[in-house]
Parts: sequence; structure tokens; C-alpha cells
Amino acid sequence: MAEPAANPQITREDVARVARLSRLAVKPGELKAFTNQLRAILGYVNLLDEVDTADVEPMAHAIEVRDVLREDVPTPMLPREAALANAPATDGEFFLVPQILGGSDTPSGK
Amino acid sequence: MSDAPHSADQPSRGSLPDDRDIEAVIGLEVHAQLATRTKLFSGCAADFAPDEPNTRTDPLVLGLPGSLPVLNAAAFRMAVKVGLALNCEIARFCKWDRKQYYYPDLPKGYQISQYDLPVCGEGWLDIDAEEGVKRIGITRAHLEEDAGKNMHAGGVSKVDLNRAGTPLVEIVSEPDMSSAAEAKAYLERLKLLLTYLGVSDCNMQEGSLRCDVNVNFKISTADGAKATPIAEVKNLNSFRGVEAAIEFERTRQLEEFARTGETLNAGNKTTRGWDPDRQVTVPQRTKEEAADYRYFPDPDLVPVTLTEEAIEALRGELGEFPADRRVRIGEVWELSDYDAGVIIERGKPFADYYEEVAQTADDGKRAANWCTQDVLRDLSELNHEIDTFPIPAGTLGHLLKRVSAGELNTKAARDVYADLLSRPRGQNTPETVDAIIDERGLIAVTGGAELEAAIDDALANPKNAVAIETVRDGKQQAVGPLMGQVLKAVSGADPKTVRAMLLERIGGAG
Repeated sequence: MAEPAANPQITREDVARVARLSRLAVKPGELKAFTNQLRAILGYVNLLDEVDTADVEPMAHAIEVRDVLREDVPTPMLPREAALANAPATDGEFFLVPQILGGSDTPSGK
Repeated sequence: MSDAPHSADQPSRGSLPDDRDIEAVIGLEVHAQLATRTKLFSGCAADFAPDEPNTRTDPLVLGLPGSLPVLNAAAFRMAVKVGLALNCEIARFCKWDRKQYYYPDLPKGYQISQYDLPVCGEGWLDIDAEEGVKRIGITRAHLEEDAGKNMHAGGVSKVDLNRAGTPLVEIVSEPDMSSAAEAKAYLERLKLLLTYLGVSDCNMQEGSLRCDVNVNFKISTADGAKATPIAEVKNLNSFRGVEAAIEFERTRQLEEFARTGETLNAGNKTTRGWDPDRQVTVPQRTKEEAADYRYFPDPDLVPVTLTEEAIEALRGELGEFPADRRVRIGEVWELSDYDAGVIIERGKPFADYYEEVAQTADDGKRAANWCTQDVLRDLSELNHEIDTFPIPAGTLGHLLKRVSAGELNTKAARDVYADLLSRPRGQNTPETVDAIIDERGLIAVTGGAELEAAIDDALANPKNAVAIETVRDGKQQAVGPLMGQVLKAVSGADPKTVRAMLLERIGGAG
């Protein structure tokens, strides 16, 4: 893990990029406010840098539970009608989405 | 190379480098669907069922709020077995991460995978290369869930989530292969290993085995070695496709290099897809900032640990590897390397079948001849798998045992075989073999008045005088026409016996 920057310099470009990756439509007028808010949040989290973690094992999970597995045994499934019940569009067999262009990950519906 | 045509200074535009100065650099990422009954993180059935779209789902598969994943122990054990068979470091501690991207076939908006602590670390797989055995490095192997399937139909895309959540093991190789043939050999070896382990059916048509190819080319030039930018060709689902895509990339990348001189750097890897109809790779519009999957540990799943005892127990369940079995059956049954290869490469059920035939007949060579010729031919003609083949191994073995004992000649055995082939498998016990032989009177004639008389006739026939003289002079093969006459006269006569009797009666130098 890279050392966190002491003073996170989140830029508007960073916020716009994360929003795009998350398919969130952020209006240009909102960018400044979100950038300031994220800066404040990350600045607060940066307080943790003051803790000496030299002898602390990296944590893989917040709870000390391990090895929760189930046997390979089938359980009930949903009938198709139920699976498709919340679909915005369906032909009774498939979920229908606006056409996905070959090889692109253009968000459906733009 | 100093005598290469482009060696004057720069590679001249429009001219391609000499073949000898070019080396392919190929790494493969193989996704194999694990043969579990249920999905990776829920008890939903994992059979593909392409004809019944969206009937293999549950709240977890659909990514409905409140559903929580629980790891399938069988899938985890299979992944460890894959790692052990590939000589990988097995993690004593591994965890689960979310890989985030948005696509209609991924209902949760993320795929559960393993990022920095995969279940299997570095290992290797030996392949047969042109210059002998070559060791291909394995970078890692990890477990992840599959996505659904998209079909494009006139203005809309149809999404089937039956496959979503099925367990995959992703096996990443080092870029150690240097030709399309080596890439194919690696895939064949890997597929054989996975099927022998029983962890995947590796059915490429159904998408149980898919492959991404990373390929570029190293070119020796007068001013040092250069490398073309890497292309990643995604989602190949046939060995032929892998080979053809690599060959196509060779031409494309070398032409591009001759035109632009562009060499590999950290930012110019491209993603391409394979168009099997046109036999070309096509650029895929690069996923916008695709590398930014924002992995983070999945808080819904806890880490998994493995003890030494658990790993050793799984090692004990691996069974015999195909490469070892090939050597063993070759030695035990005195088979040619070719025959042993044909038997092993046909898959574990066929190798099991062969060994049962060989054991029952107590004649490995005869069993190999029949299995690799007659049985393989009829499997493909009848479109059967060996498990449903009309003649069970014990039955064929019994038939061949009687041939080896000299009770039946090969022609009679073929008649019995053909008869068995036309009957349902359930009827074809070893007793059926005996009944058919008795009914049809196929027991080889190795003596008796009829045979003696036929031999007398052949020896007395003036037309045979020349042949008899030739045999007497030491050319035993001249006895062939006489044998043919006797075998024709006495149905079921044993050719070996007839030959021996004729030679004995003719006597002479032979």
C-alpha cells in the first residue's frame, strides 16, 4: 500500500472521474461543493496517519471471523416471473436493455 | 543479425523485419468454469440451461438488497486442487475483493474476485514444445464469479443471468510462450489436466473454458531489441481461434511497427476482440479508464484459511495426472508413445475404459488397437460418449481375451463386435459375447477333418505348384494365396493355424 498523502489534494478532475466511473451525473455547478466535501472527509480520515502502525498486521476484515463456507447443495431458486418482476423492460424471457455496442461499456441509456 | 535486409540503419518504412529476428511473447489468461452443482456464493443451481433463460437465479444472483454471499466449499477445494496440480504456492490465507464496473450482465455492479491475496500463487506447467519439454510459469490462479450473458437483437440487448455467479478459476500464465503452437500446446495440456482433476468439463462451445491472449513481438534490429505494443485479445473460445488470433496479430503488429516504429510502453497496451467469421482481431473501444476497477475487500465475505493438513488431504485427492498416466500405461502395456498419447488425450473416462479392456483381455496391445481404431471410430459415428457406448469395457475385454487365447480369429471378433454395437448397452454382458460366438459357430477352426481336407486340396491343386516350390525354397510369404484358398473353404478357420499347418506340410528350407 502506498503511503497516504499527508494532505489529500483531491481535485475537481478526480471527483468528475470517480463520478463518471460510478455512473453518477454531477452537474458542473456541484463539482466544487463535492470536491470540498471529499477533501474534508479525506482530511479527517488522514488523522489515522498519526497512529503508529509499524507493528500492526494489515487487517483483511473488520471482524475476526474466518472460514464461513457452505456445502455445494442446491437451494430454492426464483421462478422466472419473479426474477423479471422488477425489470424495467422484459420480453417474458430476458431482461431487455438498450443495445450494448460491441466491445464498449457505454452505459446503457447514456 | 548483420545480414538482415533492414540492418543498414532504421527499419525502412513498409518493409517487414526478417522472420528470424522476431519472437512472439505470449501470456494466457484462462477462465475455467468449475464443475460445482451450485454457484460460487449461493445455492442457486449452476447448470447453464441456455434454453431456459433467467431460470437459474435467486436474490443473491440478481444482486437484490439484503442478500449475502456464502462461499461454496466445493468450489474452493477445486481451486486448491488446480493450484496443487499446477505446482502453485497455496495461500494459507486468502480473501475476497470487489471489482467494480457497470455492465448489464453484472447485476450487483461489481464482480467478487480475488485481488491481492489469491488462493494460488506462482507455479508452473510443462508442455511439449518443438525443442522438447518447456516449462511455462504460472503467475497465479484465483476464484471469481462469472457474469451473465448478453445477446444483441435488433436495437435491444437481451440479458440472461443463468450464468451469473457460477464459479470460475482464472489461471494466469507468465508470458513464457513464444509461438502460436506453444500457446495451443499449453491450452491442450491445461484442459487435459483440468478434466482429469474432474474440476471442469472444459466444454469450449458452452463457454466453460475461455481464454484471453496477451501477445506482442520482440524484434532484433540493428539498434537493439525492440518490442511492439501488447495487444490483449479477449474471450477466445476455441484453440483454433487462439492460434489464428496470434498469427493475425503477428502480421498486424509487425506491419504497424514497420509503418510507425511504435514500441511498447506502459501506456499503449490495447484491447482487441476476435471476429471468427472474418478471422481478424478488431479493436475494442477501450473501456473508459478500464483499469480503474477500484478493488476493495468485500465486507460481506470473511477470509478463508487453509491448514497444512487440509492442503495435504486435497493433494491426496488429486489422482493420477495425465502426463504420469501416459508414461505408466505405455510401460505397463508396452504401448507406442503415439497410442498412449491418443488414449490419454481422449480424456479420463476413455483412459479408464481402455485400462479396463486391457486388464480384462490381459492384452494391452490388442486392447489399444481396438480402442484407438474401432471404438474411437464408432464413438464418433454414433455420436456417443464412452460412458454411453453400447459395448462396456468388460464386454470388449472379454471378447479380446478370447481372441488372444486363439479361440476366435480377428474377422470373427469383428462380427461379434458389430453385433454388440447394434444392441443396447444394458444387454451387452460378457455372457452375450459367448452366446453370440456359440450361436454363430464362430469358434476358430484349428483342426478337424474339414480343415485337413481343405489343406490337402490346396496342396494337390496344380495351380499352386509354383507357389509351393517357392515356399520350399525358403520364401514363406508365398504361402499367402494357399492360405486364402483354405480360409475361403473353411469358414472360421484360424489364419495362424492354417499358415502353420501349410508350412509344416510343405516343409523345405523354411
